[in-house]
Amino acid sequence: MQVVDVIFYAFATITALAAAGVIRSRSPVHSVLFLILTFFSTAAVFVLLEAEFLAALLVMVYMGAVAVLFLFVIMMLDVDFATLKEQALSHLPVGLAVGLVILAEFVVIATQSQAIPSTAAATAAPVANTLAIGRVMYTQYLYPFEVASLVLLVALIGAIVLTLRKRERGAKRQNISQQIARTRAEAVELVKRQPGEGA
Amino acid sequence: MTELYQFIQNQGLALLGPQWWPPVWTLVWTLIKIILLVTPVMIGVSYYTLAERKVIGAMQVRLGPNRVGFFGILQPFADALKLITKETMIPQGAKKTVFFLAPALTLIPALLMWAVVPFSPELILADVNVGILYVLAISSLGVYGVLLSGWSSNSRYAFLGSMRSASQMISYEVALGFSLIPVILLSGSLSLKDIVASQQHLWNVIPLLPPFLLYFISAVAETNRSPFDLPEAEAELVAGYFTDYSGMGFGLFFLGEYANMILVCFLGSLMFLGGWLPPIGMLSFIPGIIWLGLKAGFLMFVFLWIRATFPRYRYDQLMRLGWKIFLPISLIWIFVTGLGMHLFGKV
Repeated sequence: MQVVDVIFYAFATITALAAAGVIRSRSPVHSVLFLILTFFSTAAVFVLLEAEFLAALLVMVYMGAVAVLFLFVIMMLDVDFATLKEQALSHLPVGLAVGLVILAEFVVIATQSQAIPSTAAATAAPVANTLAIGRVMYTQYLYPFEVASLVLLVALIGAIVLTLRKRERGAKRQNISQQIARTRAEAVELVKRQPGEGA
Repeated sequence: MTELYQFIQNQGLALLGPQWWPPVWTLVWTLIKIILLVTPVMIGVSYYTLAERKVIGAMQVRLGPNRVGFFGILQPFADALKLITKETMIPQGAKKTVFFLAPALTLIPALLMWAVVPFSPELILADVNVGILYVLAISSLGVYGVLLSGWSSNSRYAFLGSMRSASQMISYEVALGFSLIPVILLSGSLSLKDIVASQQHLWNVIPLLPPFLLYFISAVAETNRSPFDLPEAEAELVAGYFTDYSGMGFGLFFLGEYANMILVCFLGSLMFLGGWLPPIGMLSFIPGIIWLGLKAGFLMFVFLWIRATFPRYRYDQLMRLGWKIFLPISLIWIFVTGLGMHLFGKV
């Protein structure tokens, strides 16, 4: 057994245990923390496979953005998780179905890996894998890539539309350029008062 | 020195055998290198705190700390000793595991990022070919320490402070990342070493002045420094997310914050100010690490200068600046850089 193998199995074990922890833990915040650990050890496995670009993206996007928003929402929401847990069993059939589909996909990938177009040919050449991914993504897979970005754009606009709310009339708003453009003449009025005249 | 090296190698081989000794030696050697990197960073952090107090003191016509040692030169050690010997208090109802985890989660990413910083073409701990992505990825993990400390200390001040701080860090991370993309476009590489090498003839700050300013201001906001130090707006939130920490827990947050500040200054000088390259070729007899130190030191001074000069932003102004001004400008500059490179025949 090589040293790399030892490290791989260590991270693989951490990934599996942390994934189990996501489902097992009682507190939702702890669940998210276990999820983050899962992401992190998966990124470590990517590094071992010399896919450092994917590892960096996984850490940046999933740990740095997605999981942070999960934490935000879970900390802010006041949800009674005990009743949610009780209802969880009713979702079991759907969950099982999704799990089976994903498992089937994995089996297909594992048994027919030749059928799936890979970047292996590109990475075989001595170029950095960032370059290899870029080359494949912007030539061979240009249209799927553009479609995916359009879908993301639609989701972005959808989120904005869903959360957009009109301020009620008369709400005070700061207009910074207006504030800066104010001159002394329109802001200050000097009034001369003689002693004893009062305001 | 070589005899000692040979002795260790022979002993190790005899002890562990040819299969296990080389990896173990690699591990030990890497650990030694990590210690050699982290120690100067930590000393830099402690003296940066002293420099901050001295510089701001001078700007406000005060003396600053001058009691411990010569000119107060031992002040950082006195502070550290005080923090270590103080009793650690745990607030009632705190979630203990997370409470103790949070300071470590702030400090560890701050130190991890130093692994890929090249101090000269040879002096670099890990020459990763996606160096800049690594830095951005690890820096995005700093948020967890902030969020979890606020949540676990079971206090409203800390919780509000952590919410503010986390949303501020997420918002400015976007502008920070986008302001670095023009640099990556110009140099055509994600490796920090190649990025510096590509500035041989022209520092990036000259064609890319607006992204540099965006980078620097976003970095100030990202490290929660004044005038964007809302997380610890003393008048409203006591001390923000670390209100309930005492002793070394508080100290770790402090170390993490300053290590981050020094890192963004080094990163700024590597990405925009030509790293270890001298300003004119004649001065190349001075070693590169000194040039890098001078450039980063200047940026670090600007951090303090800003703190002594500007009043604090209001929270809604901060968010407006980040999302409505910095983000569009940085996106436009990515486009402008691409267009410029196309027109001037670089691509």
